[in-house]
Amino acid sequence: MISIEINKRLVSSDQSFDLDIEFSGENAQIFTIFGPSGSGKTTFLRLLAGLDKPDNGKILFANEEWFNSKNNYNLPPQERSIGFVFQDYALFPNMSVRQNLEFAMKKNESDQIINELIDLVELSDLMDRKPNSLSGGQKQRVALARAIVQKPKVLLLDEPFAALDDQIRSKLLFYLKQLHEKYQFTIFMVSHQLSDIYHLSQQIICLDKGKIMKMGSFEQVFLDNNISGKLNIFGEVVSVEPSDVIYRVNILSQNNLFSVIVTEELQVGDKVMLATKAFNPIVIKVENK
Amino acid sequence: MEWSPIILTLELAVVTTLILFALSIPIAYWLASSKSPFRGIIEAIVSLPLVLPPTVLGFYLLIAFSPESWIGSFFYDVLGLRLVFSFTGLVIGSVIYSLPFMVQPLQAGISSIPASYREAASLMGKSKWQTIFKVVLPNMKSSLLTGIVLTFAHTIGEFGVVLMIGGNIPDKTKVMSIAIYDEVESLNYGGAHAYSLTLVILMFLILLIVNLRKNKSSKFLT
Repeated sequence: MISIEINKRLVSSDQSFDLDIEFSGENAQIFTIFGPSGSGKTTFLRLLAGLDKPDNGKILFANEEWFNSKNNYNLPPQERSIGFVFQDYALFPNMSVRQNLEFAMKKNESDQIINELIDLVELSDLMDRKPNSLSGGQKQRVALARAIVQKPKVLLLDEPFAALDDQIRSKLLFYLKQLHEKYQFTIFMVSHQLSDIYHLSQQIICLDKGKIMKMGSFEQVFLDNNISGKLNIFGEVVSVEPSDVIYRVNILSQNNLFSVIVTEELQVGDKVMLATKAFNPIVIKVENK
Repeated sequence: MEWSPIILTLELAVVTTLILFALSIPIAYWLASSKSPFRGIIEAIVSLPLVLPPTVLGFYLLIAFSPESWIGSFFYDVLGLRLVFSFTGLVIGSVIYSLPFMVQPLQAGISSIPASYREAASLMGKSKWQTIFKVVLPNMKSSLLTGIVLTFAHTIGEFGVVLMIGGNIPDKTKVMSIAIYDEVESLNYGGAHAYSLTLVILMFLILLIVNLRKNKSSKFLT
């Protein structure tokens, strides 16, 4: 059980608002934090990790107190058992891939887990390379493996797949799912990609200006009425051509373009879900532009 | 030309550089990461020797080191060390005089390391010192080299402070810059030339080695 009740004033050059989060959930789940940029998503992860301190409130994880402003208690990040995958990966350039993983190991632990992780995310060819000689996807895999070496109770991922192309990202999603099944940590992931969220997440937390707007499963958060589609594809509207009373809409999903007829007027840039039910494709807008 | 000023100069530079290296790492780390309101004050104090005339610094050190002052009497009574006109005094003076030349490159180097490196290490359960020695310092080698070389060279070249607190005692405080001054005063230009040329060659070699090393390491990085 994880229970969070925190408050922090966020001040930036163009706006300031209160980050106000009240939330509780089961362990070993995958939570996604979704929301526009500047809504406090990264700060939320940093507060969980203990890298930033909330102004008020408390954080409880599995009956262990991590933060409590009442008795001024703040468990340092060193003792929280958290794996963090940073947006810039934060791999240490002076160490090889293997040394990066070994550095993350706790004292007196066997390197069994390192060998396991190397197999799981297929790093064996890269072990002696330095991070600066790796591609973005390779770095991401190393960062993911490194965050798990210490067998954390919580894994935090800050837009883990933002800079990667679709092929690599789907492979990484696969790795992440496998790792989660094997090690059963609680995951909090910041993501903008509906397709990632759909494939991975059990619980979605929608943040806007520091407040939780919606929370629940993908369907509960993004779809007003449940659609039991046989095939669900997420994409973005790239063009809309009106023709009489209908519209011809082109939808780009990853690298596929779908051309469909709809009756509802959509805007270019709208995020949509394309679902086929029996033989009828149905297009439902899931997020305004 | 005697060898003792050359040996004394190198000894002073090596000792000063070693002490300053150990001393400056925590200072630079604190300056690079602290949000304390006193940061500005400490930073100004550390940088003061950059702008202060060496004679001003030397004058105050001379007063502080004299057996009548509490610092001088503490060193003499407790540790049995005489600071004025002694090698120990020269080392302390040089450490203060060259402080910014070590602290500033280290501080810049530490600031250039992304905060996420330190944060990642602390989430792995590493202490501050483990993080500094395993992650921060190894990733700022060129800043370390710059700090060490600048401090070393600056200590070799110092004159005003040494003259004020060290005087001109052979084998004890007569370093090369003083020896040159001494030779010129006694109109022995040959001796002055010998020391001066030695310094020019020494400095040139140091810079050459540093630049060669830097080029090599930057090739590795890209």
